[in-house]
Amino acid sequence: MTLETEKLKSTAFAYLLVLPAAIVMFGVVVYPFFYNLVLSFSNMSLRHFQDWSLIGVRQYIKVFSEEVFYSVFFKTVVWTVVNVVFHVVIGVLLAVILNRRLMGKGLIRTLLILPWAIPQVIVALTWRSMFNYEYGALNLAISQYMHMSPVQWLGKPLEAFSACIITNIWLGFPFMMTVALGGLQSIPHELYEAAGIDGASGWHRFWRITVPLLKPVMIPAISLGIIWTFNNVNIVWLVSNGGEPSDQTHILVSYVYKAAFNLYRYGYAAALSMVIFLILLTFSLYFLKRTRASESAY
Amino acid sequence: MRIGLYFLLLAFTILVLYPILNVVSISLRPADRLLSTSLRIIPDGATISAYRTLFLETPFLLWFFNSVVISVTVTLTGVALAATAGYSFSRFNFYGKKGALLGLLVTQMFPPTMLLLPMYIMLLKLHLINSYLGIIVIYSSTALPFCVWQMKGYYDTIPFSLEESARIDGCTRWQAFRRIVLPLAAPALVITALFSFMTAWAEYIVAAQVLQDTSLFTLPLGLKQFESSMSTQWGLYAAGSLIVSIPAVALFLFLSRWLVSGLTLGSVKG
Repeated sequence: MTLETEKLKSTAFAYLLVLPAAIVMFGVVVYPFFYNLVLSFSNMSLRHFQDWSLIGVRQYIKVFSEEVFYSVFFKTVVWTVVNVVFHVVIGVLLAVILNRRLMGKGLIRTLLILPWAIPQVIVALTWRSMFNYEYGALNLAISQYMHMSPVQWLGKPLEAFSACIITNIWLGFPFMMTVALGGLQSIPHELYEAAGIDGASGWHRFWRITVPLLKPVMIPAISLGIIWTFNNVNIVWLVSNGGEPSDQTHILVSYVYKAAFNLYRYGYAAALSMVIFLILLTFSLYFLKRTRASESAY
Repeated sequence: MRIGLYFLLLAFTILVLYPILNVVSISLRPADRLLSTSLRIIPDGATISAYRTLFLETPFLLWFFNSVVISVTVTLTGVALAATAGYSFSRFNFYGKKGALLGLLVTQMFPPTMLLLPMYIMLLKLHLINSYLGIIVIYSSTALPFCVWQMKGYYDTIPFSLEESARIDGCTRWQAFRRIVLPLAAPALVITALFSFMTAWAEYIVAAQVLQDTSLFTLPLGLKQFESSMSTQWGLYAAGSLIVSIPAVALFLFLSRWLVSGLTLGSVKG
């Protein structure tokens, strides 16, 4: 066998192995992606399901000309920032505590991971039941332990949106905690000892040693966290029961889900999906570039 | 200082456990005391009647069976596709490889509706709504990008010399992969399997659109139905959600060790 045929054969083998996955990805990702692109330039809806036609960029114009897009976008940014900030702060805080010598550390760590382990659907539905005004565990605890008046969690826009955020903070911090713990364990203990001899305070050691050395581990986790949170339709949809009250609690993805599957505005939903995707793509490229730049500065 | 830290840990542990214990408590309440304002964990007159009703008088077992069938099929497909594609990406250089790997990453940024809507319309036109085929195909693709990357990363740690010597001993390329490399990649295969399983086991958003017939429901759809009529079926919801969660939580805790070391290793090295 010559070298050329050998090389040709191994390339053929390589393609053959990728082929099944490629076919599936083409059928369920690539083709639908372009189908969605076409839909976004069409007037397809339940009324125009068979006789739909291309109408240019009119759906995109509609997206950007409606005031609701900007308010929902603003809520999405608030949702993402508040959630990720709480995830990271709580996660790192708990990781730093758990990284010390403590009794029962393993058990506590396992218990603290539980919110991440429970299926999101169940987390969302369970919290929704806890937010129930009369019988929900949260209001019962507020009135019986803290002697305050119960909160109408699910009936008012701000409270309902807060309820979604509380639920998502609860289920999201264990991921950051686990990643931070992994990062902390790779920081050599001698660094802290040397800093201790030099008389650095605990606060000082945290900002000068822990934070910079944790950064390369946390930044990929944070960018993942931002994308996941931005795209998390489960929590908002199930806790607020589809945007209640009166569609005031939507983030972009739940708003599209409603437009597509409750209001059957297919063309509009497709256009809005594209806009969300482009927002995320731009953000990710920018975020990656900036963090790369800051890493090389060290 | 030390006591303060313990106190903080304790506070967070209570915050984590409280909702879980609340569900346990509701699942044990007798039917006439579902709407109780008591905050006791073991309720007065605790009973397992909600569990009995769940299995004997609701379609819960049927939904359980549906979920198992769908999840297992998705898992087998996912593992087969990721194991082969990941190997190719790890070992060979071919035209389009970089683009394909990058493309897999970009799919992670798709908003969930972006593929669901066109898929849904395609399924409508193919009359595949209310069929398992449609949902299995969608689920298989959800976890695939992550699984391919995961498998590729693991194959990368297995030395290439193993296959070279197998080839010298007369193995074909397929045999070298199948008999030498694949068994060594068992840990990664397990993770891929568990990950695929979990994406299908507790998915709601896609299932709610594709499966509309109650007899085809998966567990999350069934639980949502109990939750919707909270006042009468709260106990059923609580009992059901515990039963659905337990296998998922057990798998997750088992899996988390690898998941985390994978996540942090990748970034520390890079």
